[in-house]
Amino acid sequence: MSAPTLVDFDEVVERFDPTLGLEVHVELNTNTKMFCGCPTEFGAEPNTQVCPVCLGLPGALPVVNRTAVESAIRIGLALNCSIAPWGRFARKNYFYPDMPKNFQTSQYDEPIAVDGWLDVELEDGSTVRVEIERAHMEEDTGKSLHVGGATGRIHGAEYSLLDYNRAGVPLIEIVTKTIPGTGARAPEVARAYVTALRDLLRALGVSDVRMEQGSLRCDVNLSLAPKGSGELGTRTETKNVNSLRSVERAVRHEMSRQAGVLLDGGAIVQETRHFEEQGGTTRAGRRKETSEDYRYFPEPDLTPIAPSAAWVEELRATLPELPWERRRRITGEWGLSPEELRDLVNAGALDLVEATVAAGAPAGEARSWWVAYLSQQANTRGVELAALPITPEQVARVIALVGSGELNNKLARQVVDGVLAGEGSPDDVVAARGLVVVSDEGALVAAVDEALAAQPDVVEKIRGGKVQAAGAIVGAVMKATGGKADAKRVRELILERA
Amino acid sequence: MACPSRDPTGRPPIAGSCPSRLEDFLSSTEGPADTSGLTRDEVAHLARLARLAVTDDELDVLAGQLEVILGAVASVGEVAADDIPPMSHAVPLENVFRADERRPGLSQQQALAGAPAAEDGRFRVPRILGEEA
Amino acid sequence: MDELTRLTAAELAERIRTREVSAVEVTRAHLDRIAAVDDTVHAFLHVAGESALESASLVDASLDAGTAPASPLAGVPLALKDVFTTTDMPTTAGSRILEGWRPPYDATVTSRLRAAGITILGKTNMDEFAMGSSTEYSAYGPTRNPWDTARVPGGSGGGSAASLAAFEAPLAIGTDTGGSIRQPAAFTGTVGVKPTYGGVSRYGLIACASSLDQAGPCARTVLDAALLHEVIGGYDPMDSTSIDAPVPSVVEAARSGATGDLTGVRVGVVREMGGEGYQPGVQASYEAALRRLEKLGAELVEVSCPHFQYGMAAYYLILPSEVSSNLARFDAMRYGLRVDSGAGAEEVMAATREAGFGPEVKRRIILGTYALSAGYYDAYYGQAQKVRTLIARDFAAAYAKADVLVSPTTPTTAFPIGEKVDDPLAMYLNDLATIPTNLAGTAGISVPTGLADGLPVGLQVMAPALGEAAMYRVAAAYEAARDAEDGGPLIHRVPEVTA
Repeated sequence: MSAPTLVDFDEVVERFDPTLGLEVHVELNTNTKMFCGCPTEFGAEPNTQVCPVCLGLPGALPVVNRTAVESAIRIGLALNCSIAPWGRFARKNYFYPDMPKNFQTSQYDEPIAVDGWLDVELEDGSTVRVEIERAHMEEDTGKSLHVGGATGRIHGAEYSLLDYNRAGVPLIEIVTKTIPGTGARAPEVARAYVTALRDLLRALGVSDVRMEQGSLRCDVNLSLAPKGSGELGTRTETKNVNSLRSVERAVRHEMSRQAGVLLDGGAIVQETRHFEEQGGTTRAGRRKETSEDYRYFPEPDLTPIAPSAAWVEELRATLPELPWERRRRITGEWGLSPEELRDLVNAGALDLVEATVAAGAPAGEARSWWVAYLSQQANTRGVELAALPITPEQVARVIALVGSGELNNKLARQVVDGVLAGEGSPDDVVAARGLVVVSDEGALVAAVDEALAAQPDVVEKIRGGKVQAAGAIVGAVMKATGGKADAKRVRELILERA
Repeated sequence: MACPSRDPTGRPPIAGSCPSRLEDFLSSTEGPADTSGLTRDEVAHLARLARLAVTDDELDVLAGQLEVILGAVASVGEVAADDIPPMSHAVPLENVFRADERRPGLSQQQALAGAPAAEDGRFRVPRILGEEA
Repeated sequence: MDELTRLTAAELAERIRTREVSAVEVTRAHLDRIAAVDDTVHAFLHVAGESALESASLVDASLDAGTAPASPLAGVPLALKDVFTTTDMPTTAGSRILEGWRPPYDATVTSRLRAAGITILGKTNMDEFAMGSSTEYSAYGPTRNPWDTARVPGGSGGGSAASLAAFEAPLAIGTDTGGSIRQPAAFTGTVGVKPTYGGVSRYGLIACASSLDQAGPCARTVLDAALLHEVIGGYDPMDSTSIDAPVPSVVEAARSGATGDLTGVRVGVVREMGGEGYQPGVQASYEAALRRLEKLGAELVEVSCPHFQYGMAAYYLILPSEVSSNLARFDAMRYGLRVDSGAGAEEVMAATREAGFGPEVKRRIILGTYALSAGYYDAYYGQAQKVRTLIARDFAAAYAKADVLVSPTTPTTAFPIGEKVDDPLAMYLNDLATIPTNLAGTAGISVPTGLADGLPVGLQVMAPALGEAAMYRVAAAYEAARDAEDGGPLIHRVPEVTA
């Protein structure tokens, strides 16, 4: 097959309407696997987190992990889904060496959660509602290592080595309905959806949601139809999309590639494609010789799952504040614009600011400290904001000291520096460094008078109504007091005494 | 075994060697299901799906046997059961769960003890042709 | 033959408990018997002499130390069907594909036997993956019926049943998917019980058809079966389909039944089972059994189960479907046989499965693959499951009128080796009367009624789910009356096995 002609993205959206569909697999962070008591930890020595059940040994039988079911229901509720009152696991039958039983136990036919939605916010603050078709439970497969090929890839390998530690780890597959009408924003919508879903799952505490470790994986379905035709084109499914950026790139590439095929008079083949991280392209998977026929049937070794309304409500009550609820609350309570909120989120400061506010600081100052001075410090040190050795409570204490006039801004920064340098709590630093504002009014007045006397020209200007000229005198007083004066009070005195 | 119920001369069944239920069982080849009978190619396709490298001779035998068996089991189609719920489980149990608690599993050595081949703590298998997982 | 091997398990346990004999002596007597006759009978695939003696000596040491017996069967030897995993013995399920496989874990049944102080003599022969009714589909050669070594002992658990009839073991464990415990019991003049589905754990039982499989006790008397039933039965958290309820008091029922009074018990005679098509000798023995039950005070009521006639068809759709999926794991990747054709994994899988599975297994895998295929599912698997519901409803209606149901266990007596091996349908008909119970998940027992043309005949007594007590009571009463009138247990009329 000749290399596809890639069509310029602007042209694609001029001539075609893209339709998205996203399937996200989430590994739950339960203590144990879906159907057995083996650990689920990432990175263990191969085949050390296995037992007869997850190795598919003859005679072994599965038993459902209650916590996994609860996580699935909570995810369903958070995605505004209906929870199925009754459903069975099914066996999806196909042979593959990474699947110990040669069938995957999956709720494919009778998902636990159906018909929900997730509101996804885009860069410009607008919102797209993504409809959720279903969320269902299944189990992960083992991992294969391909040996003997040049690249460690499957093609050209001489043999493969299998590790079943991951086999049987609980997976929730979350499938959207088709997402039409996104036009040029399709890549952005796809990325924003996966981001929103990741934030949601993190807030629920049900998964590590680490795309680089595979605990969150995304398959991108995409089709194109002639602009305005209202048709649904043939779709491709792109797998191996392992970062948020890749989600965006995969959509963009598939749009350009499919448009190229269509404009050349070709037809899109319904197929599975693989995303290539290098280059951001997709390539076709191997065509199967025989058509897929998974021969689903109800898993006889497991009983049906029938969540009672009471259980579902109990689980609903455990839902934490969800990201969008929190956003709404925070923008309201703190009086932030959506842009300001986004800055906070992008800086990784939202949790920190919230904790600082919870410790008694006014929202505006808390935000300013974290987004400005502390972010600079984090940058300088090359660490995440949250990794700075200062707690929200300590920041709140510094803000309180400023509020009470015991510190001015300059001193406050020195206190923070001290805390970051490991000199103890803000109060420790204040005491050790002697960083207290000069509150002796007599001494301050004397310093102001001295400065006024030294700069009669400035005094003239002030008297002439140029109040801003007082800045020069403030600077002189601050210098004279070693920065320990309350600048606000100094200014007041200058204007009084000039 | 020559079974009288399939005997075109219509002799009565010989008790003990071929119960009359066999006749019931077999007569259902005339039942309503139109699905009975499998071609040799269909059997070959099923064998591929089931990962059985059957020989040509086996295919011939299997196609014949399966046709007879399918003819017999097609009698389920005679039963009017549209409004009958299917029974997938023999016990009326629901919501059988275990607590999310770890249980001792197998050591790597135990896990690999029965493996036809192993290497570096992993199961060694012939090269896999197929999709990347 | 050593006198010890003629005793019942209850008698052996008593003598061991009172230290009249040691568990080691009892085990040795049975190992000697196996050595003497098993070349002919071929009930065992693996004899674990050393570990059996070791386990017996532990029982002896414990009893000598004054410790109470671990169970009412402590020290009694047992033959275990080779479909249960055992860490100290190979486990093959009668298949070439698992030849030499040593599981890294014990089945729950295995663990419970060990914990009860029962000594496992070895693993018994069976039709491959429990598919068959004659034990001829074992990859390791057929088992012979001790009553007539030219005939089959039934199947799939022919090895377990034959080991009892040949006095190689006083107890055995079988599994019953469509009759694999009861039909061999009938063919060998022994007792076999298919408990309520979920009554005995399936963990470590290599699956044939998951929704039908059930492990159960095999013995030469109803009481022995009951004693063993209580050892292996009961809730197991490792099996999701295990019933979390106490094991029915079957020992008590067997003991009280043996006093012989069945007054007030309603025995349902299933109109659709027996009669035309059943071997005359079998039918005669069955009718005599009905008269005997009546004489014991039971009230015979006729019941009709109109959908039983579709049981066979439904069974041969549901079973192969589940088999096709359950047996997919035997793929040469992780354990068992690997036929290394030098090609890729897919080819190695296919070559291994082709070489490792026998013809009946392949037939059922292909049939099941077909029945589950897109486009055929509704007509076959789906419809069979609806028929299954109707059969369960037939049972429910019948049990509203009767405490237990009865039928002949099998349409015929044991047939000659080789007679049906190439005729799948004829083979399948063996399970005509036993299949409905598996489909409904209810319970059944086969007890010997007598001989027809010199071969044993079995009476099937069936009970609703968890209704085993009534079933054991009726079976024990029947057994006691038969033995008394017939001058002793039928099994003592089995001819001595000759090479």
